[in-house]
Amino acid sequence: MLITSPAFKQNAHEALADAQLQKAMGHVRSGFIDKRSHAVEALPEFDALRDSARAIKDHTLANLDLYLTAYEEKVLAAGGKVHWAETAAEARGIVLDICRMHDAKTVAKGKSMITEEIELNDFLEASGIRPVETDLGEYIIQLRGEHPSHIIAPAVHLNKEQVEADFRRVHTDLPPERDLSDPASLLGEARRVLRQKYFEADIGITGANFLVAETGSSIIVTNEGNGDLSQILPRVHVVIASIEKVVPTLEDAAQILRVLARSATGQEMSVYTTVSTGPRRPNDPDGPDEYHVILLDNGRSSMLGTEFQEMLRCIRCGACMNHCPVYHAVGGHAYGWVYPGPMGAVLTPSLIGVDKAGHLPNASTFCGRCESVCPMKIPLPKMMRHWREREWERGLNPTAARTGLKFWAWFARRPALYHLATWLAFPLLAVAGGRKRRFGFLPLAGGWVRHRDMPAPQGRTFMQQWRDRDALKQGSPL
Amino acid sequence: MSAREAILGKVRKALDASGNAGRLDNVWDRLMEAPAGIIPTRAQLDPEARVELFCRMATQAAATVARVAGEEVVPAAVTAYLRARNLPAKVRMGGDRRLKAMPWVNERTLQVRHGPSDGDDEASVSHAAAAIAETGTLALFSGKDNPTTLNFLPDRHSVVVDAADIGGDLESVMRLARARYGKGEMPRTLNFITGPSRSGDIEQKLLLGAHGPRALHIIVVDG
Repeated sequence: MLITSPAFKQNAHEALADAQLQKAMGHVRSGFIDKRSHAVEALPEFDALRDSARAIKDHTLANLDLYLTAYEEKVLAAGGKVHWAETAAEARGIVLDICRMHDAKTVAKGKSMITEEIELNDFLEASGIRPVETDLGEYIIQLRGEHPSHIIAPAVHLNKEQVEADFRRVHTDLPPERDLSDPASLLGEARRVLRQKYFEADIGITGANFLVAETGSSIIVTNEGNGDLSQILPRVHVVIASIEKVVPTLEDAAQILRVLARSATGQEMSVYTTVSTGPRRPNDPDGPDEYHVILLDNGRSSMLGTEFQEMLRCIRCGACMNHCPVYHAVGGHAYGWVYPGPMGAVLTPSLIGVDKAGHLPNASTFCGRCESVCPMKIPLPKMMRHWREREWERGLNPTAARTGLKFWAWFARRPALYHLATWLAFPLLAVAGGRKRRFGFLPLAGGWVRHRDMPAPQGRTFMQQWRDRDALKQGSPL
Repeated sequence: MSAREAILGKVRKALDASGNAGRLDNVWDRLMEAPAGIIPTRAQLDPEARVELFCRMATQAAATVARVAGEEVVPAAVTAYLRARNLPAKVRMGGDRRLKAMPWVNERTLQVRHGPSDGDDEASVSHAAAAIAETGTLALFSGKDNPTTLNFLPDRHSVVVDAADIGGDLESVMRLARARYGKGEMPRTLNFITGPSRSGDIEQKLLLGAHGPRALHIIVVDG
């Protein structure tokens, strides 16, 4: 996948001018936020559960080596196989080996962001193996040759007319006069087309929401049931998961499950929470003959012990992007790689480098909504600030920005001069603002005033008002 | 160096994990004791109130629920469910002993087939190992007599659960799994099911029946 994060500004401009996208993004603004807030209100313990979930992940990360080896031991004991991959390329190679071993032609895939991260589909196709995405949203974007624009709602950037056009273009064996105007008919058609694919697939690949060290289980959380069909019908089930997905026990998974569905879709519990352990047992009438787990690092271990370690608590619920004004405005593709929104703005520089993804942590108003809704209480704005610092330290900002900031810093470190200047400038600007008390033109800030006016300062400066307030406090008998 | 050693080495280095003894004890204790965290008070109820909460939450998740007086009337309840929806009187089920003990022969019009689903079954019947009142969730363990395909391939899934097996919280199922399979052991598949399959992938509009069953019918058996 071509990384377009360096072109974030251009991407954002195009996204703002894209009428279809802007229409579709309206569904994010109206849908996710209300549903989450109702679910949270219905559970008085929600906030306490967030603290509990955070503590579980912090404990696990502090002992990650031990939990990973404990998990591995249990997978092996249950008859599964464990493969370790340091890089995306190694993980792809392992998948290909498993496919070759079984002479696989078709692979059915449950929804998995980690396979997006390692660009598995392109690789499999180039190797002559057909990957079939079975999640409805993933299926739609696979038909379009696109990538997910949201980590739990991959096709959220599309409208139903676009989906209809794609189905007519691809499902050419179906009668052209059929009615697809209703989303239910689109779903029905996808259901019929995909049903056959599960049976044809030689291998099923899923991600994992959790890996449980206590039992060697992988857990997926879904609503459609495609992740289940993808793992019980093919002969081989391959789980690909990054190393931070491990939790100690089933009880720990239960704690985090309680905040996951509510934060993601506002459900009390997702429809299917499936705990898979090893291959089918000797007397089982169905299920896969083989069970493989690929444990992928791909940059996670380098985040441990740094100011970005807390990002490894992320459970990929999507609440941060659902509540982000920047994501609402530009959608997920503008971010230019796999992970969009606030979690992407922190994770992407860690995984592909701040030199390529430096715009992402800068594309934030620091309004703090992401952190306030994060079920794992990840301090996303703080970490975006860390990235801005690193970017600065490495001299990656453009010269104009560096010079401007340096000048401001020089000024701000001389309070007497600063106050004098603002004290002088205030009345001048107030007059210059004219009767409308605003500026439609400002030197060096053309971009800012293009879409709105800058209000002219009125009355006394902030520092003057602060002093007045202090004086009042000291003078009062309180 | 293998990828395994490389990854674990990097993790240990990052964690500065030189003094290992205390950490190992902590981890071992946690794995052995599996401490419960915060359990919502919502489902800490007496048995009857718990069953009622389960029925309410399952209905809220778009399942249909019927309460019947005893095991002997379950086959009639299944027939009635299919007939009320004008569906063919045909079901597929596993060899679960509780299902087998029910008088299916009394339902003369009902055709019962056994074994896993091949994808052509319109309706299936399963027996849940347990259920969870907190969220209206069913818990089904895979095994010789409980094929997982029955939970996903047929259009309509009916699940029988004993009222006495309805626990308050998720943790009650974790305890049941330990009691049944041993500490740290699990069946191949544990399915937690909360309502019928759905998708919101097209314009965030919630539609039932994505890839799994379009309808989930729960039969709660009292007595």
